[in-house]
Amino acid sequence: MSYTEATVQLLSPQGTLVENDLSAPYLPLIEKLDDAALKDFHRHMVVIRRFDIEAGNLQRQGQLALWIPSLGQEGAQVGSAFAARPQDHIFPAYREHVVGRIRGLDVMKIIEMLRGQSHGGWIPAETGNFHLYTLVIGSQSLHATGYAMGQKFEGADEATMVYFGDGATSQGDVSEALVFGASYQAPIVYFLQNNHWAISVPVDRQSRTPLYLRPSGFGIPGVQIDGNDVLAAYAVTTANLDAARSGQGPRFIEALTYRMGAHTSSDDPTKYREREEEQFWSERDPIARFETYLKSKGADDAFFSEVAAEAEDLAADIRARTFALEAPPASKVFANVYTDPHPGVDAEAAWQAAYEASFDGESA
Amino acid sequence: MTILQDAPPAAAAPAVRETMTMAAALNRALADALAEDDRVVVFGEDVGALGGVFRITDGLRARFGEERCFDTPLAEAGIVGTAVGMAMNGLRPVVEMQFDAFAYPALEQIVSHVAKMGNRTRGAMRLPIVIRVPYGGGIGGVEHHCDSSEAYYAHTPGLTVVSPATPQDAYALLRAAMRHPDPVVFLEPKKLYWAKGEVDTSITAELGRAVVVRPGSDVTLIAYGTSVPTALAAAEAAGAEGRSVGVVDVRTLAPFDDATVTDAVRATGRAVVVAEAPGFASVAAEIAARVGERCFSYLEAPVRRVTGFDVPYAPPKLEHHYLPDVDRILDAIDTLYPDEA
Repeated sequence: MSYTEATVQLLSPQGTLVENDLSAPYLPLIEKLDDAALKDFHRHMVVIRRFDIEAGNLQRQGQLALWIPSLGQEGAQVGSAFAARPQDHIFPAYREHVVGRIRGLDVMKIIEMLRGQSHGGWIPAETGNFHLYTLVIGSQSLHATGYAMGQKFEGADEATMVYFGDGATSQGDVSEALVFGASYQAPIVYFLQNNHWAISVPVDRQSRTPLYLRPSGFGIPGVQIDGNDVLAAYAVTTANLDAARSGQGPRFIEALTYRMGAHTSSDDPTKYREREEEQFWSERDPIARFETYLKSKGADDAFFSEVAAEAEDLAADIRARTFALEAPPASKVFANVYTDPHPGVDAEAAWQAAYEASFDGESA
Repeated sequence: MTILQDAPPAAAAPAVRETMTMAAALNRALADALAEDDRVVVFGEDVGALGGVFRITDGLRARFGEERCFDTPLAEAGIVGTAVGMAMNGLRPVVEMQFDAFAYPALEQIVSHVAKMGNRTRGAMRLPIVIRVPYGGGIGGVEHHCDSSEAYYAHTPGLTVVSPATPQDAYALLRAAMRHPDPVVFLEPKKLYWAKGEVDTSITAELGRAVVVRPGSDVTLIAYGTSVPTALAAAEAAGAEGRSVGVVDVRTLAPFDDATVTDAVRATGRAVVVAEAPGFASVAAEIAARVGERCFSYLEAPVRRVTGFDVPYAPPKLEHHYLPDVDRILDAIDTLYPDEA
């Protein structure tokens, strides 16, 4: 399953603007962007790719329990993230590292989680309303829908965007989210990154029709975009978030992209997919085409060098901070299970502390 | 409809006796069942080309074909719900839940339908379904990948709940589960997947039977799954200190083998139940209660439990604080001898 006649694309894989009936409604949104905004798109795609590589290295070196690469999906993520306004709420799946970074999350929090120090631990009110990762597939689609229902009830000038993947579309939770979203005309954008693989299972096991068609049965407009085109991701998400925010009900975007890496560091894609397919998508890389486009608009080598240096700086910073992390205290196991003091948990925590102390310097 | 007939004359797989991992033993049990009974179908997420994220179904699709071993859409309620229908139609589904916590979307199907269909049809429509669930921690897994979820199933009337602790039991109990007329939740201790042991495929096992895996005259440890090797290590350490500590491997959590456990505890008068799951309202709690009821006049000390704490499973860097280990078991054993303190 790849591009269709309905795929909205603003920037071709060759890095040139696409002018056709599908792109026409969205191109004005791109024309409004100044050079600094366009350069920010590029900066974030490049920097997060370097971060992603560094985190993968840290996992292989035993510093992380797991890594979840986002390689290849930077266009869909950066474009959609920049389309959201500060007051909007974002519910990620678990691969949207750059969306978090754009919203103000210190990506070290993701490192800490996947190192095994925490279960996430960031606070959405402090991270640009970027909510926690949800590792259970598709569950967050309902949470996001409920959040958006609250926005609707309050009449807030806000919208919600939820990320999920092609595998998640098979979960009952996602269908139920579409039912609720449509029923209450909630201000939500369902942002599906179709990266073509649910671990080893190809998207055609999840759906026999292009997934952007599915929401129409729920009464929700759906649109398919080239998810490796950061401009399409930005413009189409902007238009749909604006529609949702202005009371027009939920919207659904299918971003066609590709998981260039493994599902996680525990996975080996050579067991189930063909090199030719990876090559096809490699030639449609989101960063390469955008670099070509920026150069055609006059971006100079100094800019690209500066971005590369920023990427190296972040990688070095993450590496250093990872090695500096200290083991969390045992007391953290018992923290925040309940709001109020809990006699059972408190007794266990006290027992555990006394037990550990009983070793008196010996290793427990 | 051919449900509830005995398996067709076995095109029995030739017996083997060799050392293998628990993962390989489970794989062989699935392969032998697929070979012997063409009503067996194996399905779930990533079980086909990939052979499962833990490789338990490795090679099955290639050997038995797409109709016998297949990948499903990513929907656990769908996997279990369609297994119900397939079982109604005469198949013997063996489904894989990818991880313990990923089975929760299927809980409605399991609790309300899988467990009750036989009862609701006055015994006419039994569901010979095996639901395989890798469970438990100790592998450095991130959240939702390390739950000990056995109590949810054991608490549900109509379900048989099994958990092996050795490759031999993994093979024999999975074969028994697949022959069972009623649904079985088969909990695979993922920390033991790569532990090796000898497997003789001609040895059969019966569901509902615990086994004394180490005799002892002073204290009885009662454990299942990953906690069995931990209990054995603790018994060994206690032995070095002069205490004779026996270990019972429960193997089938429901129905529970009271006879074996009761006999063992009456012989020692001291019991410790060891399990990873949070202790409150747990299988360990049920075991302690049953032992207390049946062995009260034999007991020298209250039955103790060494379990996980009543908190969400800890992240990898903290799980060693959470998990029952040898020292915590030895500490519990010491409390059974208050006069020596």
